[in-house]
Amino acid sequence: MSTEKVVVIGAGPAGVRAAQTLQAHGIKPCLIDEGLRGGGQIYRRQPENFKRSPKALYGFEAHKAVAVHQTLDALTDSIDYRPQTLVWSAEQGRLDVLQNGLCGHVDYSHLIVATGATDRVLPVPGWTLPGVYSLGAAQIALKYQGCAIGERVVFCGSGPLLYLVAYQYAKAGAKVLAVLDSAPFSAQCRALPALLGQPATLAKGLYYRAWLTAHGIAVHQAAQLTRVEGDQRVGGVSWERDGQTRHLECDAVAFSHALRSETQLADLLGCAFDWSPLNRAWLPVRDDAGRSSVEQVYLAGDGAGIMGADAAEMAGELAALSLLQDCGRDVDEHRIDRLKAQLKRITRFRHGLETAFPFPDDWAANVPDETLICRCEEVSAGDIRRTVQEGHWEMNRVKAMCRVGMGRCQGRMCGLAAAELVACESGRPVQEVGRLRGQSPIKPIPFGVETQT
Amino acid sequence: MSTLIETDALIIGGGIVGASAALTLALKGKRVALLDRDFCGSHSSGVNYGGVRRQGRPLSQLPLSQRAHQIWGNLRELIGIDGEYQRSGHLKLARSDQDMDALRAYAQASQGFGLDLQLLDRAQLRARFPWAGDVAVGASLCADDGHANPRLVSPAFARAARLAGAQVFEQAQVTQVNHDGQAFIIETANGLKLRAPWLLNCAGAWAGQLAAQFNEPVPMYSGHPAMLVTEPLPMFMDVSTGVEGGGIYARQVARGNCVLGGGQGFALDPARARPGQAAVLDILRNAVELYPPLKGAQAIRTWSGTEGYLPDREPVLGPSLAQPGLLHGFGFAGAGFQIGPAAGEALAEWVCAGHSSISLDAFSIGRFRTEQALSVADSTLIVSPRSAPEPVSNVIPLHRGRSPL
Amino acid sequence: MALLKRLAEQDRPALSFTLDGQPASGLLGDTLLTALLTASDHLRGSDFSAEPRAGFCMMGACQDCWVRLGDGQRVRACSTLLEAGQTVSREPGRRLSGEPRS
Repeated sequence: MSTEKVVVIGAGPAGVRAAQTLQAHGIKPCLIDEGLRGGGQIYRRQPENFKRSPKALYGFEAHKAVAVHQTLDALTDSIDYRPQTLVWSAEQGRLDVLQNGLCGHVDYSHLIVATGATDRVLPVPGWTLPGVYSLGAAQIALKYQGCAIGERVVFCGSGPLLYLVAYQYAKAGAKVLAVLDSAPFSAQCRALPALLGQPATLAKGLYYRAWLTAHGIAVHQAAQLTRVEGDQRVGGVSWERDGQTRHLECDAVAFSHALRSETQLADLLGCAFDWSPLNRAWLPVRDDAGRSSVEQVYLAGDGAGIMGADAAEMAGELAALSLLQDCGRDVDEHRIDRLKAQLKRITRFRHGLETAFPFPDDWAANVPDETLICRCEEVSAGDIRRTVQEGHWEMNRVKAMCRVGMGRCQGRMCGLAAAELVACESGRPVQEVGRLRGQSPIKPIPFGVETQT
Repeated sequence: MSTLIETDALIIGGGIVGASAALTLALKGKRVALLDRDFCGSHSSGVNYGGVRRQGRPLSQLPLSQRAHQIWGNLRELIGIDGEYQRSGHLKLARSDQDMDALRAYAQASQGFGLDLQLLDRAQLRARFPWAGDVAVGASLCADDGHANPRLVSPAFARAARLAGAQVFEQAQVTQVNHDGQAFIIETANGLKLRAPWLLNCAGAWAGQLAAQFNEPVPMYSGHPAMLVTEPLPMFMDVSTGVEGGGIYARQVARGNCVLGGGQGFALDPARARPGQAAVLDILRNAVELYPPLKGAQAIRTWSGTEGYLPDREPVLGPSLAQPGLLHGFGFAGAGFQIGPAAGEALAEWVCAGHSSISLDAFSIGRFRTEQALSVADSTLIVSPRSAPEPVSNVIPLHRGRSPL
Repeated sequence: MALLKRLAEQDRPALSFTLDGQPASGLLGDTLLTALLTASDHLRGSDFSAEPRAGFCMMGACQDCWVRLGDGQRVRACSTLLEAGQTVSREPGRRLSGEPRS
């Protein structure tokens, strides 16, 4: 069994737990991560010479973050750990990697894909202005660099991250002007029964919200960001509630609506995808133990469906256990059952979150024509609508015709929004307009690159 | 059961050849139905490099290619869009004296066909094209050749055909083709039934199956070129390039992206392909020596497609010799984009007049009659590139990607 | 005028670098994005309308923060740490004339 070459892609909570579990069973996995020091995004570590405590960085999750970091640190000597390494293409048995200007291959017999997530964006006019960032970006600026994205920040969109980041900013001494939650309060009330399934998480969410209000920060619900104003940079926002438009001067905006999974490698590996109503996205299919549709490829964490950091840790361990089991190794079956049960509970909570912070169904119908959707190729909502009016409705066809998703980010920022627009304009349900096909390299790679012999 | 659709001609395959045939027939007042398994112009016709060139073609193709050149000259009138077509020239680079001799020989042999090739030595090349890398010793320029955006142009031919009166059925996979003694009858997976005395087989890399069904098997195989596109870059060239003896060819579009090709890919399934990673890496490593301004640039996307090849790298174009009413138009060996509109027009002329104004004898399917044809019972005719009879031009030799076959 | 505002970790060694030919300064541990945006308000001009861009996702996904280093190499500012003596230049982008697409 020592002939197994197991590779884990991603050193966030899922990847770290997967690598740890493999190593504990006598396998020396290769752990590949794009980041500098691991931790993924939610538990991203600050640069080495920074001094803030974990409590200051991660708040209530500090002990979890520290645990993940310590696990990774303890592993690095006994596994093949490759930080700052991009997996830019993947196929059966082989990964193409880029590290420090050098292209090489990593061959594998078994693979755990733990590629995490980015923010989900529903563009508004002006969102490409300097000073506009996603909620995740705003959090990274603070956590990773000790910076606020501006002097006077407005937080918009929806999802639990909205309140968390606004709270973290205010606590760190940033000026938070307002929090504009697109979800109505009634939605959050409706979600309470499901949210009670994870009482600690719910309590934290309520705590952040209450803290903001107690510190005089305006929190508005059913409040839609409609426009970011400014000439060369953010000058203010327009927002709407109950049909009334209001304006707020500010110099920075953080906005997004929950998260979207990074699925490009799963796609290149040939994993089957299915429509997930909960995530409102196409996701690689995985069974309840983390197996994908491709033998020897396992999926863990937010990269195959948004479940949060706690679930990612469980899913990473579970995928590793499934892999070991599939290789004929002895594993603790009770542990597998426990992890599955815990993940099921978290799934119920996730449904609750979706009720509490619903996807704004009317976004596609209302977004103005002039709004840039694809910020790489500068394709507007109007361009996409016109393409649909010309008779095109399948996502890759729409991409071929108007260039949406053809730029450097390959549709990460615009793909979901574009699908919503195509669905709305064509009158088809969003799950029937297809999805942008993954193509390598999944991130840009430079000419003149050296190759490892 | 849906109603029977009766037309004068049925066309299987909505790529540039089939769509051009449909457009020409519709403009001539014929009833025509164009069928595509997918969206028209979404396969090879839509994902190729985008070169619109006559230079470099076998002499046998030049009359048809010249006719196509005229059609391209009228593109906007014909299909309603300019498709980013520009006559910025096709520059075929030489990297050795031997290559230069080959270019000279071609320029000599192709005289009289209207290509007006200009041979450039090292100094002349650099004077006109200062971006060219030191490795280029000279070039042959066809100033009126150029490039266009296949993703836009090929579907636009189908759209123009529809506007001219053709019936266009997309996502209509043909499941049955029969002949009732008078006419062809076609059935599709989505329940269509069509009938016409003329059938045009323009099914690209998948045309061999239909040819075989009507007792004209051909030794077709699939090729999959490796293509790559860069991020938008400052403009440095507007010619489209080729490289004598095979190499990395490139063109820069008006938005600044460079499209490059070279090397091979492999099939994922009978309909989809992916570039070989070795070919992609070759382009990244070696392109800068031919195109120095690419230094520091990034590749943002790669792709491939499925192209039909015959062993002599000439298409099958013209009437079936076994089945009256059947016309073939396929196997353009990755060079069908420029010539496609004329090929389609020629097939349409056959339907209308029983012959085409430009002779298609050189492309007759009859040339395979005496050969030992490969078994074509299986429609998934994807042969390992290692068994290709000779190196394909414009392809870096020895790098074949990783085929799962 | 700066975009980003330093709230913490200000007690770090300063690093000198060059931005568009002018002397600039950041702190050890800054990413290029932080170093540039605590001193100015954009990272590049967009490819088709030359509009100012300053990144968006900060996690290497949106590809909006590319800058050029002295040796011609291009890097994502959000994912690259500042080094002393670096020469950083910002690309102005391009404004296409006429219709950008057919």
